[in-house]
Amino acid sequence: MKNKIKTVAEAMEVIKDGQTIMISGFTFAGTPEKLIDGMVEKGVKDLTLITNDTGTAEFGIGKLIVNKMAKKLSCSHVGLNKETGRQMTAGELDVTLIPQGTIVERIRAGGSGLGGFLTPTGVGTIVEEGKEKINVDGKDYILEKPLRAEIALIKAWKADKMGNLTYRRAARNFNPVMATAADFVIVEVEEIVEIGELDPEIIFTPGIMVDMIVKP
Amino acid sequence: MDKREMIAKRIAEYFQEGDLGNLGIGLPTLVANHIPQDKGIMLHSENGFIGIGPNPQPGEEDKDVVNAGGHPVTILPGGSCFDSAFSFLLARGGHVNITVLGALEVDEKGDLANWMIPGKLVPGMGGAMDLAAGAKKVIIAMEHVSKHGESKVRKKCTLPLTAVGVVKHIVTELGVMDVTEEGIVLRELAPGVTVEEIVSKTEATLIIPDEVGSMVR
Repeated sequence: MKNKIKTVAEAMEVIKDGQTIMISGFTFAGTPEKLIDGMVEKGVKDLTLITNDTGTAEFGIGKLIVNKMAKKLSCSHVGLNKETGRQMTAGELDVTLIPQGTIVERIRAGGSGLGGFLTPTGVGTIVEEGKEKINVDGKDYILEKPLRAEIALIKAWKADKMGNLTYRRAARNFNPVMATAADFVIVEVEEIVEIGELDPEIIFTPGIMVDMIVKP
Repeated sequence: MDKREMIAKRIAEYFQEGDLGNLGIGLPTLVANHIPQDKGIMLHSENGFIGIGPNPQPGEEDKDVVNAGGHPVTILPGGSCFDSAFSFLLARGGHVNITVLGALEVDEKGDLANWMIPGKLVPGMGGAMDLAAGAKKVIIAMEHVSKHGESKVRKKCTLPLTAVGVVKHIVTELGVMDVTEEGIVLRELAPGVTVEEIVSKTEATLIIPDEVGSMVR
């Protein structure tokens, strides 16, 4: 069996300038902090990021923004990180704000082989600008298209050595969805256990989705 | 009673046995303190669980149990955890009975603006658009007049919209209003507030029925 267990440094060999990278987490929970630190240390640049938010200036994904490593960002919320707002207003960072339910569903579509989906969210707002609107049985919907990335960096509670993952509480958030929608998936975990130790019922990401497991 | 607590207490009365609710950040969060605990009412945290409980004791915070604002909370017995796709299935799919949101502006058609002020405040819409679009009932908790003295209850919203035609009830420190097909109807007044006062502080046309109740019972 291929050994998927790697160090942060080995994982960083995969991360390169200009890549499109999804990074999971919701403010403080379920974000791969040590992988992000590894990216800051390596100093990759010109990234296109797909995230829910940008953490804070001191925490998580926010560090990538503060260190000016991204040129594009798609996310739902930047309110807790003033630096993101500053770069956005100054035109230094190209930010696309997407409703949270739409961004996660676009990622889900990207991982599910779907060409998009129809959502009522954003109808009649600036979110619908430039998008196709479709009326189904008398109700308007916006056609939203799938999102994928070259790399997904996710965070799980436990992995077994095959990469089967289980999450904890509110730290699950974007993780299982992002694990399906990237060409290469790196997971940061708190604990690695033997194959068979995780009850199949509590595995939310099958190991086939995971390329590298990092336990910092 | 503190004005904000009065608004929160009134909104809590809209919750019925077994409801799933979602409370926005700020004033709406105060509603949690007034929801009866014996009716199986649960609160949705859009970052991925149902069953928001009280704040943890100092030292007992769990890094994986935070609310949508990133603050440590607890999960009640009977709560459940899920991923973000499922969380927004709940929001969009009509599984949330009541969502309570703050607002910058609300108008006579029930349009809501609460996510940006162009050039000034652009935090992102987060989950607000999905919650507003999909909840069975959207209730607005806000101060009636802005810091600059402008009515937030308007004929037509001027700021970028969050959702169109979704607002059902508006609760402010002056009174309770329903958004209907005919327009905004004044239902209740806060103690000491007259019809003349609320009308003078409201840019929208208020429909005044023969009987206007009291917001505090």
